[in-house]
Amino acid sequence: MTVPSESARTTGPSDISIALTGSGGAGVMTAGNLLLEAAARAGWYGLMVRSSGPQIRGGEAAALLRIATHPVECLSDRFDVLIGVDWQNVHRFAQEIPVDTASLLVGDPDQGEPPEVFVKRGAQLAQVPFKKTAKAIPGSWPNMIMLGVAASLAGLPAEAVEQVVRKANKGSGDALAANLAAVTAGFTAARNLSFAGSLGGARRTEHPRWLITGNQAAGYGALRGGVRFVAAYPITPATEVLEWLAPMLTEIGGALVQAEDELASINMIIGASFGGVPSLTATAGPGLSLMTEAIGLAVSAEVPVVILDVMRGGPSTGIPAKGEQSDLNIALNGLHGDAPHVVVAPNSIADCLSTTQWAVHLAEQLQVPAIVLSDQFLGQTRSVIDRPADVQFMGARSVLEAGVQGYNRYALTESGVSPMAIPGTPDAAYTADGLEHNERGVPSSQSTDHSAQLDKRQRKLLGFEFGSHWAEIEGDGDADIAILTFGSCTGPAREALSRLTAQGIRARLISLRLLAPAQPERLAAALAGAKRVLVVEQNHSGQFLRHLRADSDLPGEVRSLRHPGPLPIRAAEICREITEWKAA
Amino acid sequence: MEGRMNTASPAAVPCTPQTFKSDTKPIWCPGCGDYSVLSSLTKALAMLDLRPENVVVVSGIGCSSRIPAYTTCYGFHGVHGRALPAATGLKVARPDLTVVAAGGDGDGYSIGGNHFLHACRRNVDLTYIVMDNHVYGMTKGQPSPTTEPDWDSKLAPGGTRMRTFHPMVIALAAGANFVARAFSGDPNGTAKIIADAIRNPGFSFVEILSPCVTLRPEQREWKTQVHAAPVGTTDDPARAARRIMTDDGFNIGVLYAGTRPPYHAVVGVGTRRVDDLETEFAL
Repeated sequence: MTVPSESARTTGPSDISIALTGSGGAGVMTAGNLLLEAAARAGWYGLMVRSSGPQIRGGEAAALLRIATHPVECLSDRFDVLIGVDWQNVHRFAQEIPVDTASLLVGDPDQGEPPEVFVKRGAQLAQVPFKKTAKAIPGSWPNMIMLGVAASLAGLPAEAVEQVVRKANKGSGDALAANLAAVTAGFTAARNLSFAGSLGGARRTEHPRWLITGNQAAGYGALRGGVRFVAAYPITPATEVLEWLAPMLTEIGGALVQAEDELASINMIIGASFGGVPSLTATAGPGLSLMTEAIGLAVSAEVPVVILDVMRGGPSTGIPAKGEQSDLNIALNGLHGDAPHVVVAPNSIADCLSTTQWAVHLAEQLQVPAIVLSDQFLGQTRSVIDRPADVQFMGARSVLEAGVQGYNRYALTESGVSPMAIPGTPDAAYTADGLEHNERGVPSSQSTDHSAQLDKRQRKLLGFEFGSHWAEIEGDGDADIAILTFGSCTGPAREALSRLTAQGIRARLISLRLLAPAQPERLAAALAGAKRVLVVEQNHSGQFLRHLRADSDLPGEVRSLRHPGPLPIRAAEICREITEWKAA
Repeated sequence: MEGRMNTASPAAVPCTPQTFKSDTKPIWCPGCGDYSVLSSLTKALAMLDLRPENVVVVSGIGCSSRIPAYTTCYGFHGVHGRALPAATGLKVARPDLTVVAAGGDGDGYSIGGNHFLHACRRNVDLTYIVMDNHVYGMTKGQPSPTTEPDWDSKLAPGGTRMRTFHPMVIALAAGANFVARAFSGDPNGTAKIIADAIRNPGFSFVEILSPCVTLRPEQREWKTQVHAAPVGTTDDPARAARRIMTDDGFNIGVLYAGTRPPYHAVVGVGTRRVDDLETEFAL
């Protein structure tokens, strides 16, 4: 675990990190969500990461919040405040909730001592009798006392909290009164606590902002790209994508089918897309494993589909409710045969929208499957973001407008993309096939047809102009130091870049969205002149680094900064790696 | 949904069975029952006055799964065992099309068994034809779920000793809305059953006994064993189950036709614009 060696506050009054913990079912997530919403209403930014044990109820739960006066894309290096509504199994979060001597630990004296792992780090201790206080207010719950304490410590105006509590308790007057009284009691209790980290500063209530998770953003991006059919099997941490899409698809005139398994869901979307309707499925690692055979079918039959993989800890069942960037290998190389396809990765919660939308565009344009690698952090983290700029990516499939004599579905065109006949079009019927075929679509095992179709399918991807969305390049373009990363590691890398810049250390950041097909020339240009390249990723074996090396000769000295999930890569780790490297 | 609706062919001459036959030569062995099934399917489509461009034949992998390309309909020849999911996605997204899924006993009852159950339950308006020859043909002679327990083969010497799968009872129990048995040796009767199956709303299942004369030459005798079901079609699943459980496996005819409303997704009718969904997140 990385706690910054200076052990000093790296967050000022413009930035506060609060962890709310307790046993599952104690209402920790509810309190966290209300706290984030109140911050949003007050005109601040923030995010909330959900972390919990495997139990549906009765396990341990933590709402990890960061609230700031400016947009934030990752958790902080440390927590200013840790509140336990109870301490049951909360020690299991020791690594995920770094505290230090400047942190405040708030616990209920009737729930026992705070876990030793936190206390021994020198945090200041404070007591609030959550349970007793709640008991004194009939109909209220300890988590609402906790909300009041947290909101007060964060420096939130009481009106903002009251607003969100009212909104959450529509229709039941008694419950609302009890909860409001509980929140007020929390505010009162917090007055006795000594804490100097409350937020101050500007609020942006007029600025257009959204409160959204990456899973919702990805779902919305899919719809904006033109997706109107979704089939999927429930799986953590992707289920919320489906639960958001199900009613929304109905409202806009599409459909979602809950499939019997992932083998079915991928084949359902291929069937729907064969019928001309842009289609998507959402899953996580185990589901992606089941889908790989049919993804190859979509490559061979040239049927566009989008597979959103919200990565979690693997292999096997792994760590279902916590994130890791470890599905790179299977997404890139999991298909048998030579099966060119698209793999992209959104690099922020807001970017889940534009990159999923882009994936629909690419899949439709190129008539290929496109895999979107999101992850549990991006997917399940709820965040206050500036309204993302509109992007124009739209599925635009090359469709055969009218039947022609001797229609060749798999014609060897210059671009490799051949017009697709949609069922219902007279005089253009063909059979889409996973068997190798000739231009007409008739199965063929001849070497000439095989080579020609392999070339065609590869040509589609190699000749395509992917445009500037392939990567996000930031910082000093001439700097010797380059940070190379993708996906959810981009947030901490961005924050590290700005801290390094503030320290006078020049660096550039390259966050790749387009992972396949690889763009070695573009990458070489982005890295031109770099002498030290730090590759940052959240997995055990360095899948991203290996992938980069397979297609590119990285310049200068290359170092890998990586560790597996569920611990996030923190900005402080990246900063330390770079400053130590420079000093060496 | 943005699928295209059917457009009548400019030369709307009535289709004949021949209209539905492609010029692709089947890979099937001489004497294979599947030739007759192909013929019955094309007859049924002509009987129903459908047009090839508005019909999609979806299949998995196996000898019989080659059938889509032998028709002039749109075809989808997918991966092993997954014809029903592909057909389901297609029909839900494009309710205007006539969707026929087809394949063999290994494809449908073994590797695709789970999809069979759930397609019956889901009751999407499509027709599923299984050409059952009680053997894996394409891989040259391994036992399938409908193979007799004592059938000797290289892979299962002395037989599988496993009870045979009873597709019609399973279909009924899982909720299929139409359950019939046909015999490839009677192409006209089979054509009529397929037409009835397509006409019946919801998930229609047609089990067709279709001999593999190469690997199971004894199945040539099926023609002497089949007989018309002694009783008519029922809409009572309990009665249908009893009949199917107690028959000799050679009763031919529509044994069950139910009235359960098919799976219905309202597609293509939106009440909100995509851009308006922004209000779900805007503060």
